[in-house]
Amino acid sequence: MKVSLDGAGLTGGAPRPDAGAGVRPVGPAPAGLDALGVCAWFGQTQVLDDVSLSVPPATVTALIGPSGCGKSTFLRILNRMHESTDGAQMAGEVFLNGEDIYGPGHRLTDVRKQIGMVFQKPNPFPSMSIADNVTAGLGLTNTKVSRSDRVDLIEECLTRAGLWSEVKDRLDRPGSALSGGQQQRLCIARSLAVRPKVLLMDEPCSALDPTSTRRIEDTIAELQDDVTIVIVTHNMQQATRVSQRAAFFLAEPGSLGGIVEQGDTVDLFEHPRDERTSDYVNGRFG
Amino acid sequence: MTTLYSLPEVHEDDAPPQRPRTPRRIRSFSSEDRFAAVGSVLASLALVYVGYLHIFYFSGLLGFLICWYVAFIVVYGTVVSVANPRPIVVERLVTSTLYLASAIVVLALASTVVYIFAKGWRALVHVNFFTHDMAGVSPTAPLTQGGILHAIVGTVIEVGIAVAVSIPLGIGTAVYMTEVRGRGSKLVRTVVESMTALPEILAGLFVYVVLIIEFGLSKTGLAVSAAMAVTMVPIIARAGEVALRVVPGGLREASSALGATHWKTVIRVVLPSAAAGLVTATILAIARGIGETAIPLICSGASSFMNYNPTQEPMNSLPLFIYTAYTTHESLAITRAFGAASVLMTMVLALFVTARFLVRDRGARR
Repeated sequence: MKVSLDGAGLTGGAPRPDAGAGVRPVGPAPAGLDALGVCAWFGQTQVLDDVSLSVPPATVTALIGPSGCGKSTFLRILNRMHESTDGAQMAGEVFLNGEDIYGPGHRLTDVRKQIGMVFQKPNPFPSMSIADNVTAGLGLTNTKVSRSDRVDLIEECLTRAGLWSEVKDRLDRPGSALSGGQQQRLCIARSLAVRPKVLLMDEPCSALDPTSTRRIEDTIAELQDDVTIVIVTHNMQQATRVSQRAAFFLAEPGSLGGIVEQGDTVDLFEHPRDERTSDYVNGRFG
Repeated sequence: MTTLYSLPEVHEDDAPPQRPRTPRRIRSFSSEDRFAAVGSVLASLALVYVGYLHIFYFSGLLGFLICWYVAFIVVYGTVVSVANPRPIVVERLVTSTLYLASAIVVLALASTVVYIFAKGWRALVHVNFFTHDMAGVSPTAPLTQGGILHAIVGTVIEVGIAVAVSIPLGIGTAVYMTEVRGRGSKLVRTVVESMTALPEILAGLFVYVVLIIEFGLSKTGLAVSAAMAVTMVPIIARAGEVALRVVPGGLREASSALGATHWKTVIRVVLPSAAAGLVTATILAIARGIGETAIPLICSGASSFMNYNPTQEPMNSLPLFIYTAYTTHESLAITRAFGAASVLMTMVLALFVTARFLVRDRGARR
């Protein structure tokens, strides 16, 4: 598959109207994501029950809540990573721009290409250089690009991930020689290179120091016009800093994990409708 | 005990005491300590020399060495305990014992290498030893005639074919066990594990019965390679499985989250990440294959002439040459055997060094 990297992008979405400024975007328009009635099981154990969440395009949505309430599981359902765990099952529907990604017409690999993921622990490929890490997704998905397009793509993705100025002189050095925060931004650049419409982030800063965390948050802020972002975080200040919308997950003793409350981040934090949300965001438990 | 630092003096005014800005020597081993160690070695030697040989009239080198060691421990322990607290005495005694143990290992290895080179030296100095074969040369002929080129070439060809066959099969098996994890992987693992311990002679007999008797293949280098591969595949599979299993699961997840198929993930992420381990697995297998003697003996048989063709005529190899030359009981043939053993050892060493180099080059990417 030969794909033009300028203009329409990998998946045929509409080109962005404001494209063209600096290293700005080239990819498809960010897409909305709607989860309806999602349930999840590991073996016989149900961990999520009837979770519905609407993620508007070009926004950052934060999933907050105590450990073990199913936030990460929910996130992994959104790009079909959940089913790669042994014994994991799900129910419900997830719509990407109105199409069910679990529908029969969707290839698993295409879904994951359109909905990228950044993990808690930075995981650059140790056998590849920084540059090769960025373009790893192209080789892994059999997307061919010309040499000059590849060079441009590396610069663009690293710039968007806020890493270009730090690594531009050592692109052929191993990716694992970078610091933890740089590795995480390299992983973000790697995800961006396959032009996702949505980027899922599973506690991307929990293994990083405050400075690196700050850099990642800046990166998120710069990306949000081009990519829809869903981020799981344990850090409530971070949720207020980076997100416009938030969903509070909770698994109370004796009940299954689910969303207690969702809405605008400011509303959720300042005027929570549910007492449990209020307790959580004010640090009274969890 | 030497006191390196004087105790801080207590000043009337609460000025903090000045401490030296030089690095503290926490595990120092002063010249006094060195004298104590060397002196104890000599003292115990003298003690045992007098006691063992002249008072009790014992004999035997091993007994002497053991007594020397026991005497050393007693003397050294006593000397050290004069000036040091108990933890240091224990540490010194254990350290000296560990040094002794590693010295024994190094000595055993070095003496083997030196012995082989020393015995084979007279053959190695002749150029014809490396450039001629033994065709028409009798075992009693002087060392200026004949050589082992045919055995070197035979070893290289046989091991080369066996490696070319074993690497894809072995790594394929390892991938099946760790990545595919199919229904049969438990069975495969059991078979592989038991086959790593397979005596080479059984592999040789297996090939002899199946390929040579049943299928009418003649005794050739190819048959040797086939039997070698039987012993090498399980080694590569077993060591390769370990190498693949330590590849972090996060890398596989990262790859599939980018939209890669399982197959692409294995080829582009898992195998390259495990490259160092896979090279080591291959080296282990080659090291086993290159030294096999029973297999060429059964599947090819010794020959004295050069043969570049693995599909026809017997093909000699270094271990087989060593074996046949040594069993002639002719002193010149035995010298040739030791010369060939030196060559074999050097080849294995070169292989290990090359592999280390390759792995380090790859490892720089880590």
